[in-house]
Amino acid sequence: MENLAIDPTLSGIQLTDVFSIAMHHRFQWEEAQQSYVILFPEGMVKLHGGAGEVIKRVDGKATVGAIVDELKVAFPDATTIEGDVIGMFDMAFGKAWIRKVN
Amino acid sequence: MTQTSLGESVVQKEIHAQAKNNGVAANITQTQPLWLLAEVTYRCPLHCAFCYNPTDYDKHTQNELSTEQWIQALRDARKMGAIQLGISGGEPLLRDDIEDIVIEARKLGYYSNLITSGVGLTEKRIQAFKEGGLDHIQLSMHDITEEINNFITDTKTFELKKKVAAMIKNHGYPMVLNVVIHRYNIGHMKEILEMAEALGADYIELANTQYYGWSLVNRSQLMPLKEQIDEAERITNEFRQKVGNKMKIFFVVPDYFGDRPKKCMNGWGEVFMIVTANGDVLPCHSARVLPNMAFPNVRENGLEYAWKESPAFNKYRGTAWMKGPCVTCPEKMNDLGGCRCQAFLLTGDAESADPVCSLSPNHHLIEKAIEDSKNPVIANQPIIFRTDKNSKKYAAGDKERVEEFHALP
Repeated sequence: MENLAIDPTLSGIQLTDVFSIAMHHRFQWEEAQQSYVILFPEGMVKLHGGAGEVIKRVDGKATVGAIVDELKVAFPDATTIEGDVIGMFDMAFGKAWIRKVN
Repeated sequence: MTQTSLGESVVQKEIHAQAKNNGVAANITQTQPLWLLAEVTYRCPLHCAFCYNPTDYDKHTQNELSTEQWIQALRDARKMGAIQLGISGGEPLLRDDIEDIVIEARKLGYYSNLITSGVGLTEKRIQAFKEGGLDHIQLSMHDITEEINNFITDTKTFELKKKVAAMIKNHGYPMVLNVVIHRYNIGHMKEILEMAEALGADYIELANTQYYGWSLVNRSQLMPLKEQIDEAERITNEFRQKVGNKMKIFFVVPDYFGDRPKKCMNGWGEVFMIVTANGDVLPCHSARVLPNMAFPNVRENGLEYAWKESPAFNKYRGTAWMKGPCVTCPEKMNDLGGCRCQAFLLTGDAESADPVCSLSPNHHLIEKAIEDSKNPVIANQPIIFRTDKNSKKYAAGDKERVEEFHALP
């Protein structure tokens, strides 16, 4: 995971929040680029490893907290997971790639 | 057809916008045809004065690729990394196999976009597109007034477009509008944006006319004043503040009024690949105007050869082809010398700097074009509409208003 250097206490994202991929957006693995991407009308973003790991767990059911816990297990060596994940949610929500469902 | 992908497109703006974000980066250096534009036909029921399709398009309406050939092209491009698919024209809905193309596109994992005037979109077809997995539909709109809509397209399509917009919304599609901006509608910018908001648009692209094909022939008739463009941009920014994230507004800046050229197509053969109705493979919409170039065709060597090996796709990749002032310019990587087609159309030399650049020795041609558009004698000449009849004339070698642009059809 990359360190996004965002202070989670300043973010509007709560650990109890649940998100799903925004309407008209599609998240998928791209073999040719060896990365996850988000597709939407007229555009695309390519997600680096850490960002892809977060977004692929966004399913309209898991809370942000549950995703943090899952990633802590998946990446035991990473030390700043909670901040990174919240930073990623904050950015993805700001860009309207994901929408809040609860 | 509208001008979505000319110049620095919406895709590229998004890519630039994302490039510096933590954890997210876009692929902007590796050459991969991320965007495939399928110009499936040049036939069109509309006759838009600003269409950038080639003036001799009539030559290419008899030898369109078959459904099987399109499906093969989709498969081959997907293997090479293509992911955004635009199905365009002409009016793509004049073909009756768009449903088959859409189904294949979804199966292959494309994010697909039908770029349409709306003519020919029925409940039955849109239902089939939805079921087939088409991701979005981009509808061209022209004005808030019936008068201007019908004038600039030379058709009575105003009411139909409103109906189609509602149909798109009703089927749960994102509403993506494209409005080509020119002298006749630039004064209605606020009303156009209000109309888009009222229609529930999610995205609107305000595409200032760029001058290729028919729009180049009609340049003096279409070009607005600099003051009008500034005002339009101001209104757009104000509206953007007001609506926020609800409606994304893209304002495609007109290059004639800038100091530096656009990084056309984000670089020749960098991310865009166009397959035209007859199977020609192009790095940009108007590349066929360039002299001494043999463009590959999918019927011959296929897309992989076209993208990687064909002399045409390699010719203007990178900077090796440049000459002065571009070759020594510290800004050359910002715009890669601008648009090769524009350089050729206006100066007769495809390797010269895009004359839009104030450092170009031919920049006076742009200043002259702006002056001409203000000259009532020139600007009041009748518009030459995009019709089969006019196209046949150009294809047969008629030089009316074309000769001065070096735009030999």
